Amino acid sequence: MTKPNYAPRDWQSQPSYRFPDYKSTVLRGPTKPLVTIAASLSELTGPVFGHDAVDPLDSDLFLNAQKNGAPLGERIIVSGRVLDEYERPIPNTLIEIWQCNAAGRYHHDVDQHDAPLDPNFLGAGRCVTDDAGRYSFRTIKPGAYPWGNHPNAWRPNHIHLSLFGPSLATRLVTQMYFPGDPLLPLDPIFNSSPEGARDRLVADFSLAVTRPEDALGYNFDIVLRGRDATPMET
Amino acid sequence: MTRGQTPSQTVGPFFAYGLTPEQFRYPFRGTASNVIAKAATDGVHIRLEGQVFDGKGDPVPDAMIEIWQANAHGRYNHPEDDRKDNLLDPDFAGFGRVGTDTDGRYWFDTVKPGPIGDGQAPHINVIVFMRGILSHAYTRIYFADEAALNAEDPVLARVGPARQATLVAGRDETPGGVVYRFDIRMQGENETVFFDV
Repeated sequence: MTKPNYAPRDWQSQPSYRFPDYKSTVLRGPTKPLVTIAASLSELTGPVFGHDAVDPLDSDLFLNAQKNGAPLGERIIVSGRVLDEYERPIPNTLIEIWQCNAAGRYHHDVDQHDAPLDPNFLGAGRCVTDDAGRYSFRTIKPGAYPWGNHPNAWRPNHIHLSLFGPSLATRLVTQMYFPGDPLLPLDPIFNSSPEGARDRLVADFSLAVTRPEDALGYNFDIVLRGRDATPMET
Repeated sequence: MTRGQTPSQTVGPFFAYGLTPEQFRYPFRGTASNVIAKAATDGVHIRLEGQVFDGKGDPVPDAMIEIWQANAHGRYNHPEDDRKDNLLDPDFAGFGRVGTDTDGRYWFDTVKPGPIGDGQAPHINVIVFMRGILSHAYTRIYFADEAALNAEDPVLARVGPARQATLVAGRDETPGGVVYRFDIRMQGENETVFFDV
């Protein structure tokens, strides 16, 4: 194939499959080397979601599951741009997010944490980036919660994100964290990202994004693999 | 290159109400499902099913599997595939998503993809996510009844004979139709081949 390829997954930025401090990786992460394949139409294409895939309310998690009032917690705006490695915006791409509520409890049947569910908060949303690659969500700041990885283990406040980008090669699932969280250096999932790259997972507080009388603002840019201008030499 | 890639992070155990809400009966509309063929979709309708196993051989009850495939005419529904000789099918987008059940099982109702015409055998692209993997894992499903085309496939050739079998789905004819079985083993002697795409 002569079509330009996407830059490879950068293993100086991406976590390795097995990271023993995060115990679940030990029996689940692949152990054999990945087989590198040349890009074909199979990898250069991917699912396309139009703006009709989302409802405007989908990006407002403060509103989208209300039953008898407002969800509890601190309202926040999370917005930013989806870019590639060459700083080209990625328009019209689907972002899906999910998170726990302000008390640190997920609206999920398996979550056993002894913190209350919020009847007015689901914690799931989605949007499609605009022509400049921009996105914005309003939500509630997620709480920290304990997990069973090691004694007294707590996950820092975080929001899960899933993105497609233009091809199968640009698929990304990640987590966004909040600045100044004392749990960050203690979290093996955060620390699984190579040093030097993990700060890219931390949003910036932004007064410009903050909505007066409504919600604190955070900026979080997401960088997907870029497509080479010239074919790679091997 | 001016911006570093955002690192991948695990999908975690609690994605279902956001990513596969309808399958698990959460109150949110889904963007994708595991039924990707409609009655009117061209081609041979198939059930694709399997189980996901960890390194101890235990089923993985909290994995998410995504598939992306060409239609029966070997055409991807994407602007990059602009070949006019392979027909688009208005009743087939080609993307599916499913969460595994408590026994680690998954299934899709789809159609068998046609060859895309570049020397590769018919295949379905697969992305695997789960708690405990920090980056998603890419693999492919080939079809046991395409032995001649599989023998010429450049990706299977690169994988080599010792591990090719992990990528080939077995075919079964049942009263309900054609079923292909494709298990995913994250580790062990028969660890599925995963790709750096």
